[in-house]
Amino acid sequence: MRRTPAELVGAEPGPAHHIEFDGRPVPALPGQSIAAALWADGVLAWRTTRVGGRPRGVFCGIGACFDCLATVDGRPNQRTCLLPAEPGTTVTTQEGNGRADLAV
Amino acid sequence: MPTSPSEPVEAPQSARYDLAVVGAGPAGLAAAVTAADLGLRCVLLDGGRDTGGQYYRHPAPGLGAARPDRLHHGWSVYTGLADRLAAHERAERVRFRGGHQVWALERTADGFAVHVTRGPEAADRTTVPARSVLLATGAYERQLPFPGWTLPGVVTAGGAQAMLKAGLVLPGRRIVVAGSGPLLLAAASSLVTAGAEVPAVVEATDYLGYARRPGVLAAVPAKLVEGAGHGGVLLRHGVRLRPRSAVVEAHGTERVTAVTVARLDAEWRPVPGTERRIDCDAVAVGHGLLPQIDLATELGAATRTAPDGAVGLRVDARLRTTVPGLWSAGETNGVGGADLAIVEGELAAHAVADRVPKPALLRRRTRLRKFAELMAAAHRPGPGWTGWLRPDTDVCRCEEVPVARIREAVDELGAGDPRTVKLLTRAGMGWCQGRMCGPAVACLAGPGEPGPDRRPLACPVPLSQLAAGPSGEG
Ligand SMILES: Cc1cc2nc3c(=O)[nH]c(=O)nc-3n(C[C@H](O)[C@@H](O)[C@H](O)COP(=O)(O)OP(=O)(O)OC[C@H]3O[C@@H](n4cnc5c(N)ncnc54)[C@H](O)[C@@H]3O)c2cc1C
Ligand code: FES
Repeated sequence: MRRTPAELVGAEPGPAHHIEFDGRPVPALPGQSIAAALWADGVLAWRTTRVGGRPRGVFCGIGACFDCLATVDGRPNQRTCLLPAEPGTTVTTQEGNGRADLAV
Repeated sequence: MPTSPSEPVEAPQSARYDLAVVGAGPAGLAAAVTAADLGLRCVLLDGGRDTGGQYYRHPAPGLGAARPDRLHHGWSVYTGLADRLAAHERAERVRFRGGHQVWALERTADGFAVHVTRGPEAADRTTVPARSVLLATGAYERQLPFPGWTLPGVVTAGGAQAMLKAGLVLPGRRIVVAGSGPLLLAAASSLVTAGAEVPAVVEATDYLGYARRPGVLAAVPAKLVEGAGHGGVLLRHGVRLRPRSAVVEAHGTERVTAVTVARLDAEWRPVPGTERRIDCDAVAVGHGLLPQIDLATELGAATRTAPDGAVGLRVDARLRTTVPGLWSAGETNGVGGADLAIVEGELAAHAVADRVPKPALLRRRTRLRKFAELMAAAHRPGPGWTGWLRPDTDVCRCEEVPVARIREAVDELGAGDPRTVKLLTRAGMGWCQGRMCGPAVACLAGPGEPGPDRRPLACPVPLSQLAAGPSGEG
């Protein structure tokens, strides 16, 4: 068995909680960003592009590229690599510019 | 000064800060604590929540990491700086303000107005008055597009590092690391240590650039040790280093499942017939770093071009930019690593406080800067990289502008510089403001008009070379 990043740094995180991603619960550790929680769950894409409808997720990981946008708690165009995953945060795959989600 | 929850970050007019430091990475952190040591009243601002910058990015407290040092060389250097900062904060000599993104610097009669946004909505704004400003905003990664680079699972090398260091997560289990520059070795070494498999580190150069100037290398033993450290880790994990090669395509539909790697000639042109496929579920890619200097160039600060084509601020031996009252330290002066950033932060603080630094500090800076220039020269992108592009490869990720449309703007509509290409195609006009595609667009458009361009050229390519065109271009 290969080791995990958490084992490497001897992490003993506080109890996991859940965020909701497209209607299903995804576990998150305290202090993780939304993007990190999604990666930990094996999810790499949570947006489709405006023109080509192509899937996107994290690219730069530091808030510079805006590829990781999603609709978070009803607000479109949120950078999930910067936003902390709080208990109960709802994340919805964003299609195009996310304007349809404004009505939510 | 009393603190209350509603306390604004502004100092009262009578008590403006002596120094506002923008960026709390190694450079800014070292500058703020040194300046406070020397008696200045400072505010340290960072868009991120915590100090540390890119190099010392670390897990949030909630993750309970007992051994964060296992992801960092020189972790004790960071904790030392952080402890000093905490002591100065208690004594109210420095204020650290996380989540404070500086969006503009404005010169005033007696210093600067530092304009800040707080929080995700950007509507929450404030202004910090300061007598002088130190810019320590670091760098961002240079990207060169290739077919498939927009697939989920293809991430930047620094981004993979950042997500690992902060969130303790990996983008996949089998990660190809590719591009050019020393960050690739650091990233590969962290990824394998954290449990990923790295089937290959694909580096476009042959590293010969370093070997040509052994004298400079010998002068910075710490750098050699760190390099050897990464090398040792990679060797132990059986990671294969493929020099003079590039990922010329990422395959997959919903996410990356494999890459094609090809050999490159000395100009970075892919050599036909050398392609090989490597299965993977993630790719970490980057082609060096570019100084983040917009705040200073907006004020007209002069720039200089490093041997790899990256544009940084021009500073004198006291780290002064050409704008009075504006200093700069770390990657903003040209990419050179965390050690150099710390040295420059300390030097700049001395200069702002009008104190003479120890000569050893000055000598150390000279040595490390020389090393940085050497590294930059060794990893300068060759003009042939455009040979792995295809007409339908998206250059601008935000606006989804493919190569064909940029070539059309250049060849048929006569756009001869990046700005015109941008206006005609919308490349670089999306969310990221050209941070991801800027270098590529500049290469495809040609050098254009001279002057301090804020989105630096990826490669100092003579137009004639570009016009000749890479083999197999679409
Ligand atoms: C994504 C990424 C990952 C990296 N990972 C490594 C690594 O693992 N190993 C390594 O050796 N080097 C790494 N580097 C290189 C890095 O540049 C280091 O050499 C070092 O961190 C540089 O120190 P610095 O203080 O100059 O800048 P940085 O460490 O980049 O610090 C700059 C700080 O300024 C803040 N900032 C920027 N703009 C603003 C603004 N407008 N308002 C407020 N705050 C702002 C940023 O949030 C950041 O905290 C990485 C670089 C990047 C871009
Ligand atoms: S991944 Fe680039 S902004 Fe979030």
